[in-house]
Amino acid sequence: MSTSETGTGTDAASATGARPAPPPRAAGGFRARKPLTYVLLSAGLLVMTAPFLWMGLSAFKTQRDLGASPTVWIPNEWTLANFRELLSLMDVPQAFFNSVLVAVFVTACNLLFCSMLGYALAKLNFIGKRPVFAVVLGALMVPGNLLLLPKFVMMSKMGLLDTYAALVLPFAAGAFGVFLMRQFMTAVPDELLEAARIDGAREWFIFWRIVLPLVKPALATLTIFVFLGSWNNFLWPLVATNDPDKYTLPVALATFATDPTKADGSNGVLMAGAFLVVLPVLIVFVVLQRHFTQGIATAGLK
Amino acid sequence: MSTTAAKAPDDRDRTRPTGSASRAGDGKDRGAPPRRRDRLSTQNLAGWLYSTPFLSLFLTFMAFPVVATLVMSFTDFGLRNVTDPFSAEFIGLDNYTRLVEDEKFVRALLNTGLFVVLGVPLTIGCGLVAAVLLNSGIDRMRTFFRVGFYAPVVTAIVAVAVIWRFVLDPAEGLIAGLAGQLGLKSPDFLASETLALPSLVVMAVWRNMGTAMVLFLAGLQAIPTEVREAARIDGAGVLQEFRGITVPLLRPTMLYVAVMTTIGFLNVFEEPFVMTDGGPSDSTLTISLHMYRQGFDFFHMGYASAMAYVLFVIVLAVTLLQLRLLKDKTR
Repeated sequence: MSTSETGTGTDAASATGARPAPPPRAAGGFRARKPLTYVLLSAGLLVMTAPFLWMGLSAFKTQRDLGASPTVWIPNEWTLANFRELLSLMDVPQAFFNSVLVAVFVTACNLLFCSMLGYALAKLNFIGKRPVFAVVLGALMVPGNLLLLPKFVMMSKMGLLDTYAALVLPFAAGAFGVFLMRQFMTAVPDELLEAARIDGAREWFIFWRIVLPLVKPALATLTIFVFLGSWNNFLWPLVATNDPDKYTLPVALATFATDPTKADGSNGVLMAGAFLVVLPVLIVFVVLQRHFTQGIATAGLK
Repeated sequence: MSTTAAKAPDDRDRTRPTGSASRAGDGKDRGAPPRRRDRLSTQNLAGWLYSTPFLSLFLTFMAFPVVATLVMSFTDFGLRNVTDPFSAEFIGLDNYTRLVEDEKFVRALLNTGLFVVLGVPLTIGCGLVAAVLLNSGIDRMRTFFRVGFYAPVVTAIVAVAVIWRFVLDPAEGLIAGLAGQLGLKSPDFLASETLALPSLVVMAVWRNMGTAMVLFLAGLQAIPTEVREAARIDGAGVLQEFRGITVPLLRPTMLYVAVMTTIGFLNVFEEPFVMTDGGPSDSTLTISLHMYRQGFDFFHMGYASAMAYVLFVIVLAVTLLQLRLLKDKTR
């Protein structure tokens, strides 16, 4: 066996090497493909990250570097001028504050409401449980487009357009969250709850002090997904706000980017704007990436 | 916390003979039928209290609007009805018959279909290839690659669309720069009637393939290694193994990914909204964008509601079709 051609002595190699009669085709074929795998993956990675790199570099380029031909890849001179101009044209701090505020409230509401109903569906016996669960499943399938017009009219009648309430309330209890929490809470052993009941614990205590601490990973997953969904949400905030003081970041950026009087010829400024929207999310994602990918796989396959 | 607790009667069952007797009424609690009823009513009360927040929000912001959209689609609901909703006149199926004659809507329908037909297979294909590569025995860099491939998914579509508009810029963009290095000239992707829609599809595939990849990766890792080893011992080649083992065993994942991706592409909105505004000459106009314009630019809200329902029916029909097509083969 040609063990030395790739330096990465991994599980397959060491395991088969120890055994007297390894299936040679399997191991050999596998390891010969490895360099090719890395090449392909690296090429893919380059394509996937190129737009972000391009954004990150362009945001710090001077006007001259941006327009230069042939293209200047690495800025000759790093500048913050684009960010300064962006701040003078668009109220970034306000939009940032709005986005954070809305996302925090939406997340808090979802954590509480979804885990409450998830717990009830997983662990309580109550009349009408099946129809309620059917409602949750049905709600999963309703597309947002279908709700947009009446929601707008309702909010307008209630005088809630251009308020934070309009941005938070429709998303305060997502069916996805209920489903996720129910799946995780079903795995909590019944004996635990029974024991608590025998000891005289009340229902709220059992939910709050016993079950919730046991499903912390699910709560983490839910937090990430709901916060991110709110942070990136676009269509409803676009419809529900007219006052720039209430714009969330995506709405502010889109309004700015599609306004011909402002955005014309200022690609550097636009990249600075995209940079400010994308960077916090990317940092959080890289730090918490395990939760992201595990969460989506769990939600999809359970 | 006990202040908010369900104001249930006493829930203490210290005399209960065994802990597991509460559920199925298996006669073990012969001594204490009233307590058992207490328990049940406590759970009833708690169950409904815990359901209340979700259900009230659901009724207000989902159930009611779903019905209201349907009703609105049979009326001439317009700008004046935003303040006075009940004065809208019923006009029967007029909105729906108008849709058939609306050239823009037909164009939007075709464009959305193109988005799905081009975008869904590409997203699934790229996601599957990436997942298979990541699953083929590389351990060291797997997380690194996975993070990179998944990163576009977590970023706001609006920001991504702004970035891509600049990437595709014919004068200063990334593609133009690369073409310039090779001595070529980049076309103006977003101003071309033939290239604009494919460009948006490529961007959407770039953004969404991470989701497909992660799901496929989870599906691949659930395939027992023994099955693969058995195939290899029997002399299966790489392609045979892929076609004979990977694809069939991935079918449930494939079904889920196909359904989710298709729904996403049927609702595509942000990409054309930010990058092309439906142009040039409606070549990237989608149903969602047309609906948004009719509803919120022109306030033809009854008409837009009819559009929303047509889209909903299409989504339902396509989903059911996929469930049938992909599921039956697993048996």
